[in-house]
Amino acid sequence: METTTAVKKYTFKDFTSDQEVRWCPGCDDYVILRSMQKALPEMGVNKEDVVFISGIGCSSRFPYYMSTYGMHTIHGRAPGIASGVKLANPNLSVWVMTGDGDSMAIGGNHFIHLLRRNIDLNMVMFNNEIYGLTKGQFSPTSIIGQKTKSSPYGNTQPPFSPGELALGANARFFARIGGNNPKDMTQIFIDAHKFKGTSLIEVLQNCVIFNDGCFDEVTDKEVKEDKQIFLEHGKPMIFGKNNDKGLVLNKLKLEVVTIGENGITQEDILVHNAKEEDKTLHQMLVRLEYPLATGVIRSFTDVTLEEREDALTAQVKSNSKFKKADDLFFSGETYEVK
Amino acid sequence: MITTKTILQPEVLEAVVVRFVGDSGDGMQLTGTQFTDTSAMFGNDIATFPNYPSEIRAPQGSLYGVSGFQVHIGSVEISTPGDNVDLLVAMNPAALKTNLYAVKPGHTIIVDTDSFTKKNLDKAEYKTNPLEDGSLENYRVIQVDMTTMTKEALKDVEGLDNKSITRSKNMFALGMVYWMYNRPKDHTVDFFNKKFKGKQHLIEANTKVLNAGYYFAETLELIPNAYTISPAKMIPGTYRIIGGNTATAWGLLAAAEKSGLELFLGSYPITPATDILHELVKHKHFGVKAFQAEDEIAGVTSAIGAAFAGDLAITTTSGPGLALKGEAIGLAMMVELPLVIINVQRGGPSTGLPTKTEQSDLMQAMYGRNGESPVIVIAASTPSNCFNFAYEAARLALEHMTPVILLTDGYIANGSAPWKIKSTADMPAIKNHKIAKIKENWSPYDRDEKTLARNWPVPGTPGLEHRIGGLEKDRVTGNISYEPINHEEMTRIRAEKVRLVENNIPELKTEFADSGDLLVIGWGGTYGSLHSAVKQISDEGYKNIGFAHFNYINPMPKNTEEILSKYKKIIVCELNAGQFVSILKTRFTKFEFSQHNKIQGLPFSNDELIQHFKQLV
Repeated sequence: METTTAVKKYTFKDFTSDQEVRWCPGCDDYVILRSMQKALPEMGVNKEDVVFISGIGCSSRFPYYMSTYGMHTIHGRAPGIASGVKLANPNLSVWVMTGDGDSMAIGGNHFIHLLRRNIDLNMVMFNNEIYGLTKGQFSPTSIIGQKTKSSPYGNTQPPFSPGELALGANARFFARIGGNNPKDMTQIFIDAHKFKGTSLIEVLQNCVIFNDGCFDEVTDKEVKEDKQIFLEHGKPMIFGKNNDKGLVLNKLKLEVVTIGENGITQEDILVHNAKEEDKTLHQMLVRLEYPLATGVIRSFTDVTLEEREDALTAQVKSNSKFKKADDLFFSGETYEVK
Repeated sequence: MITTKTILQPEVLEAVVVRFVGDSGDGMQLTGTQFTDTSAMFGNDIATFPNYPSEIRAPQGSLYGVSGFQVHIGSVEISTPGDNVDLLVAMNPAALKTNLYAVKPGHTIIVDTDSFTKKNLDKAEYKTNPLEDGSLENYRVIQVDMTTMTKEALKDVEGLDNKSITRSKNMFALGMVYWMYNRPKDHTVDFFNKKFKGKQHLIEANTKVLNAGYYFAETLELIPNAYTISPAKMIPGTYRIIGGNTATAWGLLAAAEKSGLELFLGSYPITPATDILHELVKHKHFGVKAFQAEDEIAGVTSAIGAAFAGDLAITTTSGPGLALKGEAIGLAMMVELPLVIINVQRGGPSTGLPTKTEQSDLMQAMYGRNGESPVIVIAASTPSNCFNFAYEAARLALEHMTPVILLTDGYIANGSAPWKIKSTADMPAIKNHKIAKIKENWSPYDRDEKTLARNWPVPGTPGLEHRIGGLEKDRVTGNISYEPINHEEMTRIRAEKVRLVENNIPELKTEFADSGDLLVIGWGGTYGSLHSAVKQISDEGYKNIGFAHFNYINPMPKNTEEILSKYKKIIVCELNAGQFVSILKTRFTKFEFSQHNKIQGLPFSNDELIQHFKQLV
């Protein structure tokens, strides 16, 4: 982010608005809010240059709780509005705050096109696999069989994997993080801000009211080290309480191995390369169920839409004989009436 | 060679309507445009209308692949492209068949006989050759073996393939028409020199064919006399021929420059609005940001984002697209951001008649959103004043901090007419409500006392950080509020804000009789047809008929009631089932309104209007 003025020093309090936070007690949304308020002072961006845009849903109340610029818009359409903000003023740090219903269902089309274009903005998707604000219907990420108010006998619609969908739409930056992990979440927000291009962060966000515990199997403090692999660029893909599990490539599949067993040493373990353009391995990581991949899975730097547009505009400007609108109006086939 | 049952025509004509028709690939749009430009430079007043098939490359010779271009030129004021034609140039049987209805009896048809083959006659579903079966005896038919003569004219030009040769036969036709109407050829020759710069053989070929047609018409005395149409009396100045969609785009460019804002367009392709996108996207040199979005909704939402960030924000569409944008326009109204929505109306409902004209989106523009959601609605009325009203839409959006819907339609968007070029310097100033500094007890919902427009703090400005959104807001702080009385107050403030726009728009004017027996009312793109009909009837001696045309629909001009009260009868003419009239009826209950409605995808014809008006007086 380039800023025109010297960056001021902030603490998280500088990003807290005077509005009372109205999420349910115990909701992971509080963790996301606090992580963002802590990440912003570390980003090197002036407060007046930060904009939060949201759609509709629990997640989308987010902008009201920040003391930055913000707009709470309409269901599913935050990517369009955020794109307009960023294209109008590329100096801004623009954040789309959305949920699985907002971005995967009603806003699914905007979601994929945002990622395809690679505008330099960030999207945080609060995935709780349920509709919270409308009081508990299944969402496009709800699992088959899930009993909800609109699927009392179990959900019959197979879900999306947000990460797979995102990579299919050519996302250049994709990260996944548990909603109970503020420390890593904060760092991922900073990484996303620094990344030039569209960044997508999927937060596995527990809904305490309508889908409580849906991620416990992987995010619970007791099990998370064994059930998750936290990926870091340039580091071997090792996980487990004892740091003895790792990932290797076996033919066309990722396989979990134990270091020290069957002659496996640390050298055999894959090293994470988030910056690789080829997304084959990133897709495998996104799909992996055990262990669940978290951290920055993909971070491939590509040309942004703004860069392409700026280059074209500069070129057209330098070749054009039109400086003012009048130059155009009076050009070409004109004639005089006397 | 000539079938004549001639009604002799005067040598000097006041006005003439010419229609060029042929296959999509016959270059009829180009031929028509050349005739138009030449006549404009000759000093005539002009109105044109193209008629393309909706198929992109329809099969050659087919009835549905016929492409046409109609031009009406005059030494008198011309306000429509004309109903019936004085001269039809038909390049094949299908073109003749689909356009014969429009030719005035006794008037002239030029055909390329080389195209009247068995195959083409079959494709046009002619059982017998119309050139031989006597079916055209009420017209003066000039049969020319145009393809043969084009080939003959080009036999010495080297470097031409067969296709280029046959393709230039439209210039043969143009040459003939130039002779008939006593037009100079030099503009078209200049055009060849520019268009084919560096390709000498193409310049030579086209010039030769144009001359061949011209001299053929002259030497063979095919036409008993050449006609001339004297220059029209027009206000002196620099002119150009401009189409409605281009004028719309240029009005926006002028508004951006005048307001000192960058122009952002969020749009999705839709007939017949897409040409505005095509035009604006060219102008990156003015810093125009034209964003082709993934759908209509992203078109408008990206514009709302740009408006929040401080740009002059535009979205363009046609009827079905406006339906999709409805929720987002409601958001823009609720957060009170300046936004221009341009709806180039087409025949509806649903997909309807995409390439035809209609005025049936008025109710949608007025009311097509959830909740109490008033916006400014204005309408352009001629191809060239699309410039003024696009500018006006931007001015009103910025000065009143609200969405403005500008209605144009397929008829004026695709039509063209002379435009006395406006310099940006001569356009009215445009204020905006941006603020740079924080004041004590500042709120994003602080309002201008006179207009009730809220201020416009944009991201990037230190100290003005704030949140807005679609939820109801406290009228003082702008924070979310569910308080019942506050909601009612805010609803009334938003309505009042739009009503107060009446102080910032011109009064309604009348033409012809300023009081009397009948007031003819129209709005939007029907101005030309209605003006022309009232003028004619007035010239015939009906001096008690007045005409008032609305460009401002919501709010209406302040003096509307006063105007209505000056006439015994009122007739409201619209290309829909009666949308504007129902707004007038609701608003002005003490008047009786009669209606003239047409829902055929076509403009009004002079005759139908005059007939109806005469019945009323």
